[in-house]
Amino acid sequence: MKTALYLLVYPGLLFLFVYSTFAEWFDRKVYARLQNRMGPTHTGRWGILQPVADFVKLMAKEDIVPSRADKTLFVLLPVVGLAVVLTAGLLVPVWMSDPATPGVVSFSGDIVILLYLLSLPTLIFFLAGWASTNPFSIIGGTRVLTMLFGYEVPLFLSVLSPALLAGSWRLAEIAAFYRAKPLLLLPNLIGFAVALIAVQAKLERTPFDIPHAETEIVGGTFTEYSGKKLAFFRLMTDVEMVVSAALLAAVFLGGFGGGPLLGFIQLVAKTLFVIFLLSVIRAVTGRIRIDQVIGIAWRWLAPLAVLQLFIVILIKGFLR
Amino acid sequence: MKFQIPIGPQHPALKEPISLRMTVEGEVIRDADIRLGYNHRGLEKLAEQKSYIQNIYLTERICGICSHSHAVAFTQGAERLLEIEPPKRGLYLRHLVAELERIHSHLLWLGVAGHEAGFDTFFMYTWRDREVVMDLLEMISGNRVHYAINTLGGVRRDLDEALRKKILEGLDVLKQRSEYYFKIGASEPTFVARLAGVGKLPRERALALCAVGPTLRASGIPNDVRKDDPFAFYGEAPFEVATADTCDVLGRTVVRIKELFESYKICGFILKNLPSGPVAVKAPRKAKPGEVVSRYEAPRGENIHYIKSNGTDKPERLKVRAPTLANYPATVEMLRDGFIADIPLIFAAIDPCICCAERTVELRDARTGEERSVRFSELRRTAEERFRRLPAQRNVPWPF
Repeated sequence: MKTALYLLVYPGLLFLFVYSTFAEWFDRKVYARLQNRMGPTHTGRWGILQPVADFVKLMAKEDIVPSRADKTLFVLLPVVGLAVVLTAGLLVPVWMSDPATPGVVSFSGDIVILLYLLSLPTLIFFLAGWASTNPFSIIGGTRVLTMLFGYEVPLFLSVLSPALLAGSWRLAEIAAFYRAKPLLLLPNLIGFAVALIAVQAKLERTPFDIPHAETEIVGGTFTEYSGKKLAFFRLMTDVEMVVSAALLAAVFLGGFGGGPLLGFIQLVAKTLFVIFLLSVIRAVTGRIRIDQVIGIAWRWLAPLAVLQLFIVILIKGFLR
Repeated sequence: MKFQIPIGPQHPALKEPISLRMTVEGEVIRDADIRLGYNHRGLEKLAEQKSYIQNIYLTERICGICSHSHAVAFTQGAERLLEIEPPKRGLYLRHLVAELERIHSHLLWLGVAGHEAGFDTFFMYTWRDREVVMDLLEMISGNRVHYAINTLGGVRRDLDEALRKKILEGLDVLKQRSEYYFKIGASEPTFVARLAGVGKLPRERALALCAVGPTLRASGIPNDVRKDDPFAFYGEAPFEVATADTCDVLGRTVVRIKELFESYKICGFILKNLPSGPVAVKAPRKAKPGEVVSRYEAPRGENIHYIKSNGTDKPERLKVRAPTLANYPATVEMLRDGFIADIPLIFAAIDPCICCAERTVELRDARTGEERSVRFSELRRTAEERFRRLPAQRNVPWPF
């Protein structure tokens, strides 16, 4: 019973669906207000149901599989992708956040599994582009992979260094450690900045929306996708955004402790804060070129992440 | 691995249909090929069937952005053929609208450049402020896009004191905003990183390929019809030709923003020195046989109209050379050896107005390359037949 509740309601399917659509609305609204626009206003109060309406509309649209595409892959990928990010969502330490009792979804090493599950969508986007056999999709797919080589290492380094300081590979324990010593969050600020930028790149948002740069390669990876499959991919991106934000909140912002209700409030507040930062980055930058992404990632992000690692090691030495 | 990607005839980067065939190797463009003829409207032929006064409104519809510049080029030519001289106040008002149009066109371009570079916030901001100048144009002429203010021998509407004040106020707002855009365009790091060094067109190549307008001026050549061959009052108006010597898209952006400031200066000069008197003189209906070439510096570059008259009230021939057409050869040169990511920026940097430049179509068999001329009815029948058969042959290969 409890497992079913966990899988289907919170933080499983239902919660992730509702919250990710809300997060998309929030992101769109912030983005629009920063651009002097209104953003969604029509569906629901303040347009809050607009992402749901978009999802329903896409589900009802005609679904086309290009005759030259690899049909099995083409059809399977959106479903697998959604399943992957939803699974990743289960690992976010919300419900069973008691550090003393490890469970199926909270165990030593779950931070690595979560990072791994968050890398899979990139591979899925690449395969989706490749399976479409459209020149724009193929270029989009290769751009997805090229970018992966840039941001993945800084992301891993910066997310794992707070874990090193906490001395644990388990998200719930890391969060509990920082809740006990909140001042130790401050040395991780560089890592937080690096991780924010890397997550922005992972989510393919401006200035890293290169794989589906509309004015260059039309829809990029998603050029051939329509209807239900596109709806799944869009939902997948939203869930990925929520899960990544929750990961950053758990690692850098002290997690979501204090019982179910307080934990829920903290989850919403902290993830929305991260998403707000991501929206601001999206609004104030233009798209850069793929070679510039790699340049920035290895010239700035990776050294900064290593610097963060050094700081953590030094602090660990002093604390002992 | 080399392969072709088709940018157009339908593509999100293009606002109008044109076909750019890019041969790419990875992310690098190896060769570029431009094909026109998707938007041919037969305007020149239509002009031969309309009187001079009707043709003003026809030429205005050549372009949806620099509509006034085509109308001015035509009206200037027609006035010379009809041997009339518009009164000074009429001329001042005509070019007040022209400069306001330049402002709106350049602000529009800035937004488009931002959008092509994926910097949508810049796009939203510039287009919001463009509304200020659009409102001014609407107050002066009654229309936002096709102002229809020209007539043979002057302009159709006068300006009163209240409106004059409003325009000056609007210009102040715009000047302030443009300074902000100059700061962003020249200093926002992601934006500048995308523009600098992209689409190089060296000075000699720009001259050899006959580039015009901001594209040419960004290569360091101060070429401007308003300065080189002053018409109306441009000989006495205080303005400078904006140039840049970086020869890239950043230079073209800087030139356009500088031109905004020059246009504000010219508008200020016009409003301060507006002479009194009538705004138009009466024009005869028929022109003596003769021919005339009229040049005008449109926001996109030099706009040339050639008019030939045969003694009736209709021109025998009207030939329009829109600035975009002159910039195509240079565009191919700029695209070569660039990145795929830079295609929309480089192409947008000439500020293409594709329907302006569509003068002829050539029908060519896709497989044999053979040229044909067909009647329109025949062409239509062929197309209908082809699309009726289409479902049967879904997997037709790319014919080239």
